[in-house]
Amino acid sequence: MAILVDNDTRLVVQGITGREGGFHTGRMLQGDTNVVAGVTPGKGGQDFEGVPVFNTVEEAARETGANTSVIFVPASFSADAIFESLDSGMRTVCCITEGVPVHDMLKVSDYMRMLDATLIGPNCPGVISPGKSNVSIMPQDIFLPGNVGVVSRSGTLTYQIVNELTQRGIGQSTAVGIGGDPIIGTDFIEILKKFEADPETECAVMIGEIGGNAEQLAAEFIQSEMKTPVVAYIAGFTAPEGKTMGHAGAIVSGGDTTAQAKSEALRAAGIRAATNPSEVAELVAEALRKG
Amino acid sequence: MDLYEHQGKELLRQYGIETLEGVVATTPDEAREAAEKLGGTVAVKAQVLTGGRGKAGGIKVVKSPDEARDAAEQILGMDIRGHTVRRVLIEAGAAIATEMYLSITVDRTARKPLILFSTEGGVDIEEVAEKSPESIVRLHVDPLVGLLPYQARELRFSAGLEGDVAKGVGKVLSNLYEAFTGADASLVEINPLVATEDGRVLALDAKVTVDNSSLYRHKEIAELHDVEAADPQEQRAQEAGLQYVKLDGDVGILGNGAGLVMSTLDVVAQAGGTPANFLDVGGGADAEKISAALDIVTSNPEVKSVLFNIFGGITRGDEVARGLMTAIERSNIELPIVVRLDGTNAEEGRRILAENTPQNVHTEETMLDAARRAVELGRG
Repeated sequence: MAILVDNDTRLVVQGITGREGGFHTGRMLQGDTNVVAGVTPGKGGQDFEGVPVFNTVEEAARETGANTSVIFVPASFSADAIFESLDSGMRTVCCITEGVPVHDMLKVSDYMRMLDATLIGPNCPGVISPGKSNVSIMPQDIFLPGNVGVVSRSGTLTYQIVNELTQRGIGQSTAVGIGGDPIIGTDFIEILKKFEADPETECAVMIGEIGGNAEQLAAEFIQSEMKTPVVAYIAGFTAPEGKTMGHAGAIVSGGDTTAQAKSEALRAAGIRAATNPSEVAELVAEALRKG
Repeated sequence: MDLYEHQGKELLRQYGIETLEGVVATTPDEAREAAEKLGGTVAVKAQVLTGGRGKAGGIKVVKSPDEARDAAEQILGMDIRGHTVRRVLIEAGAAIATEMYLSITVDRTARKPLILFSTEGGVDIEEVAEKSPESIVRLHVDPLVGLLPYQARELRFSAGLEGDVAKGVGKVLSNLYEAFTGADASLVEINPLVATEDGRVLALDAKVTVDNSSLYRHKEIAELHDVEAADPQEQRAQEAGLQYVKLDGDVGILGNGAGLVMSTLDVVAQAGGTPANFLDVGGGADAEKISAALDIVTSNPEVKSVLFNIFGGITRGDEVARGLMTAIERSNIELPIVVRLDGTNAEEGRRILAENTPQNVHTEETMLDAARRAVELGRG
């Protein structure tokens, strides 16, 4: 098992001939990913490092049986690319692109919900199930197959924490970067729900940050619905109010959007909340020992 | 991107929402002239991108052009929560019957636009929410369907609006929703929305925030960006494609990835230091970019030491080390710099740094040790 992507994943890359799309397709091909198709409108019939390129996602799905898509197209075309993949039957879609307009995402996430599909991102590093499938821009080398599920709003902070886990010999079932934007396709709770249902995941790590109140809602969910132990970490204690800290969604805009408020809510719900990335790995090791 | 009141009102007028007649002035004499032209009682309002200007004395109601000039003289140059007033809006008076509140924001949790309306306007909506939550009407709009007439009726009946005011508010509501979606706004707020004694409904203030990611399709709004109001270092960083936020402390910080940099700031604070800034250099090991970032961080005179925290993922640690070395040589920085490299090829990267760097560069293996070292070295 694992969640979202595994040995059955047949991936189509939207924007495969672009700079980013091409570079990361090369990396995914070196790993365990079954990349079956690429899409670039107008370049249908070509191939990219042995992967057939199609003009539309519909054609790619029909010809190759693709069931998952990853999107590298520019921000102004991203919403359209997501709609196209959803309408072509993809039920797991991962949008890596940063800077997708909020109003585009409002429409996309509304539509997605009617289809029972999962959109990860935008502005995210993607999803990886080590040893099974890598639908991401994450560095595969730092991962180790195992039983800890990781869900995060941030990229490099995830690498930092995964690396600390791996160095302690603690492997990961799946790592999901849900993205740093205000409106994202899939939130903490939806991923945590999947980890709870996954028999392979024995502990979950949730990496949050300032902005919004998704961490508080997750805390309530973890307390009432989860048996799997969860270790949390929140970044941004020193962030001032009203300033965007890199991620479009990382902005303190009121009491409950601070790292302080989030960590307190987590602890009040009985969840282990680390104060720095190294402590996350320690708490995970402890949680796994206790079971 | 936040718009000034006068820019926000211009946008609202484009969408058919009525405002009072107003003129922007940058000098006391221009303010006098504007007041003369408008005639009668006028308001002189500071144009700043922050709240609380009323309480800070940034709004004055005056009865003559001379008084308007005096008021503008006081307000121009005033500091309101760290923002210098460089423009005032001179606005005609009106006979106000009631003050209301109307806003549309993006509700992150519901992933839908949220309309808030209250019959109690002119005060902070958080205050209203605390004191009389029953006076606030909340409506979510389905972004694919848009605002429906029944929702406007729902608002009218829940708020107990009648007659001309009900009609006027209904019209403002549908126009404001058009403005919200049309301008890709993440916030449009009218506080107060007023009904005049002769039955008109007007926007007396306007707070508009436009989604930065959408500015490519709103050139006319992007052009309003106020370069003068921005921190010069923040402006420079933006031009170099770097994310920089200035803070109050003395430990300069650079790292890759927003989450990791935020976490680095926190760890520095835990080690007893205070971060001087947030700076995300993004992906890549480009010496150009690292040089620009180092220059920006160290041009802040408060900075006593620098912490460079990199997690090599796809970018390899040895490449980062080479980029950093070139940048340090070029920038000629004497401040202590603590480098922490981890991830892909980190050992190789640390070896390169250990062999070649000048004496003011120190390497550490973990984030926590690096933070402690940077704080220590900053104290001299």
